Amino acid sequence: MEPEALLRCVGAASCIVTQLTSGLIMGMLLFLIASGLTLIFGVLNVTNFAHGSFYMLGAYISLTIYRLTDNYFIAVIGAALAVGVIGMLFERFLMSRVYGSNVLMQLLVCYAVVLIADDAVKLIWGPAVLSMGMPVEFRLPPWRIMGGVVPPFYAFLILAAALIGLGLWAVIALTRFGKVVRAAAVNAPMVAALGIPVNRYFALVFGLGTMLAGAAGALAAPVRSLTPGMGFSILIESFIVTVIGGMGSIGGALVAALLLGLTRSFGSIGFPLFVDGAMFLIMILVLIFKPSGLFGKPAR
Amino acid sequence: MAGIGRRSVLAGAGALAMPAISYGQTGVIKIGVPTILSGRVALVGVSSVGGLKTVFEKFNADGGINGRKIELVVRDSKGAPQEAAKVTRDLINNAGCTIIIDAEASSASFAVQEVIREMGVLCIHTNSETSSLTADPKLHVPTAFRTARQGIHDAIAGGEYAAKVSKAKGLKRWMTCSPDYAYGRDNTAQFMEYATYFDPSIKVVEEAWPKLFQPDYTEVVTKVLNANADAMYSALWGGDLVAFIDQANLYGLFDKMQSFMVNLGDYGVVDQVKQFPTGVHSGNRYNRTVPPTAENEAWYQSYLALNRHKPTNWSWENAVAAELVVEALRETKGDTDGKKLAAAIKGRTIKSVFGSKGTLTMRAEDHTLIDYIIGFGVSLPQEPFITGFAGADWGPIVDLERQWKKKLGYT
Repeated sequence: MEPEALLRCVGAASCIVTQLTSGLIMGMLLFLIASGLTLIFGVLNVTNFAHGSFYMLGAYISLTIYRLTDNYFIAVIGAALAVGVIGMLFERFLMSRVYGSNVLMQLLVCYAVVLIADDAVKLIWGPAVLSMGMPVEFRLPPWRIMGGVVPPFYAFLILAAALIGLGLWAVIALTRFGKVVRAAAVNAPMVAALGIPVNRYFALVFGLGTMLAGAAGALAAPVRSLTPGMGFSILIESFIVTVIGGMGSIGGALVAALLLGLTRSFGSIGFPLFVDGAMFLIMILVLIFKPSGLFGKPAR
Repeated sequence: MAGIGRRSVLAGAGALAMPAISYGQTGVIKIGVPTILSGRVALVGVSSVGGLKTVFEKFNADGGINGRKIELVVRDSKGAPQEAAKVTRDLINNAGCTIIIDAEASSASFAVQEVIREMGVLCIHTNSETSSLTADPKLHVPTAFRTARQGIHDAIAGGEYAAKVSKAKGLKRWMTCSPDYAYGRDNTAQFMEYATYFDPSIKVVEEAWPKLFQPDYTEVVTKVLNANADAMYSALWGGDLVAFIDQANLYGLFDKMQSFMVNLGDYGVVDQVKQFPTGVHSGNRYNRTVPPTAENEAWYQSYLALNRHKPTNWSWENAVAAELVVEALRETKGDTDGKKLAAAIKGRTIKSVFGSKGTLTMRAEDHTLIDYIIGFGVSLPQEPFITGFAGADWGPIVDLERQWKKKLGYT
C-alpha cells in the first residue's frame, strides 16, 4: 500500500488529469464490451461466455480492413458490422438451441465457440502477435492539460464510446425496436402471441450485443496487441462490471465500468499490488449488500 | 504349458511395457519437442521449431547418420506445467522419442526436468532463462542441459551496460516495469542488483508490476509518467511489450526518460510495433547484424527460406540445441542412449555463429551454455533496428556469476 503516493497524486492537478483520463478510457472501453454482455443477458436471459471472442474478432477483422483500406473509421464500422452478423449466426445456429437449458449446457456451447474462434484466428491470421499501429490521423503529440498528459487518440476513444453508449440508450428507450425488446425481456411468449417475430428480435439483440464487443475490439486495436485468445482476459473484467452494475442494466454497466477504470487508474498509484484484488473486493461487497447489483432488479 | 511360468510371463509383460527408448537404436531418430503452440505466446513454439528445422533439415538432407534421419515430434502443452510433464512422458513412452528438446517457457521447463530425471533420456531446455533451472544443484539432472540464455548472465551484462549509461547521463532515479510472475520479478531484481553494483548512486524509486498478458497498460504508463524517474528498466516481452510500447507512445513516454528494455530488439516485437521507438536501450535477442558476419546473414536467410517469419531469440537457442544433438549423435554413432549423449555434450565446445568469439561451450559444471553473444544496443525505427551494439566480456560475467551462486548456496 502506498497511501502517501496516492495523496501526492490527488494533490497535484497534473496527476489528477492524467489518471482521470486514463481511468475514463479504461472504463469506457470496458463499458462497450460489458454493455453488450448485459444487453444479451437482460433480454435473452443467457450469459454469453463467448463474448470475449467477439471482442477478439472485432480487433482482427478491423486489422484486415485497415490493411485493405488504410482507413481506421471504415475498419471500425466494418468490423463492428461483421461481428454483429457473426453474432447473429451464432445465436441462430447454436445459442437458440440451448435457451432454457441449464447454464452448464450454455457454458459448454460458448466454450466450444471460444476454442473454435481462437483456432480459426490462428489459422487465418497466424499465431504471432499482430499490431495495427496508430492510424496516421492520431499520430499527434499528447495534449497538456493543467500539466497532465492526455493523448488525443484516447480523447477520441472516450468520445466514440460515449456516443455509442448514447446511441444504444436511444435505440432501447426511444424506438419501436427497443419497446419490443423490452417487452420480450419481460414476457416473450406474450409478445410472440401479438404476432411479433420474437426469434428475429432475439437474433437482432444478440447481434447488437456482439456488435458492441466487436466495436470495442476494433476501437482498441491500435493500442492492443492482437493474439489468439486475447478475448479471455477482457471477459473476466466484463463479468465483474456486469455483476457490479446489475445483470441486464446498461446504466449499471456504465457506472460499474467507470468505477473499475478509476479504481485501476488511481489504484495503480495508491495500492499497486491490490488493484485486481480491489476490483473483486468491490464485486464481493456489492454481492453481499445488493446481490442484484447496483442497478439490477432483484430476481423474481 | 509347463514351460511358461509366472516369472517368464512377468518378464514378457515387462518387456512389452518398457518404453520405446529401448528400441531406439535403429530406424528414424525421433526427437520430442514439448512446446507452446497455442494462445498468446504461440510464437514461442513456432519460432523454436523454426530454429530446430534449420539444423535438422540439413542433417537429413546430408543423409543423417548411418542412414538414420531425425524426425521431430512436436506437441502443444499450452505452456501448462502439468500438461508439459504429461506430453513429455507421452513423447517418450508412446511416441518413441529418445531425445527431448524442451522448448517450453520456464514454469513448464521445471516440470519437464522432473520427468527427465525419472526417464533418463537426453533433454535440452532451449527457452527457459530462469537461472535456478541449471544453477541450483538440487535441481541437477545428469542428462539435462540448457542452451537458453541464462537470466543471471543477462543481468550482469545488462547491469554493467546500464551503469555506464547511468554514469554518463546522470540517471539516478530509476523505475522498473516488468511482468508480475517469476521471470519478470527475478530478471528485474537481478538487473537492478547489478546496475547498482556497478553504479551505487542508482536508486529505484518506483516499481510497476503489470499482470502477464494484461490487455491494457494505460494505468501502468501513467504511473511511470507520474514517477518522474530518470530511467526505466523493463522485462516485458512479446505481445505485452508490443501493447505497452503502442500505449506508451501515445503519452510520449520514451521522450521523457531513458528506457532499458531487454526484450525490445527481438524480431517478434520489432515487426509488430508500427512506431518503433528511437533511442531505447535494448538487449540483443536475435538480430541479423549481431554479429555483422556473412555466416549470421546466411543463417538468417536459411531460416527465412524454411519459415514464414523472421527468427527470434528462441530460434537461435533451439538451433544451438539441434547442433549439439547432431554433434553428440555423430560421436555416439547414432546411439541415442541418454547417458552416452550427455557425456558427449557435457563440456563440449562447438563452432557457432552465435558465439561471442565464434564458439559456444556447454559448461560441464552446471550444464548451461556460455560464451554466447550478449550485450545491449540502442533502438532504431528501421533496419538494423539495433545500433551501437556493445558486447559484454564473458570474464567478468563468469566471475560475478560465481559470487552470485556462492551467495545463494549453489556452490
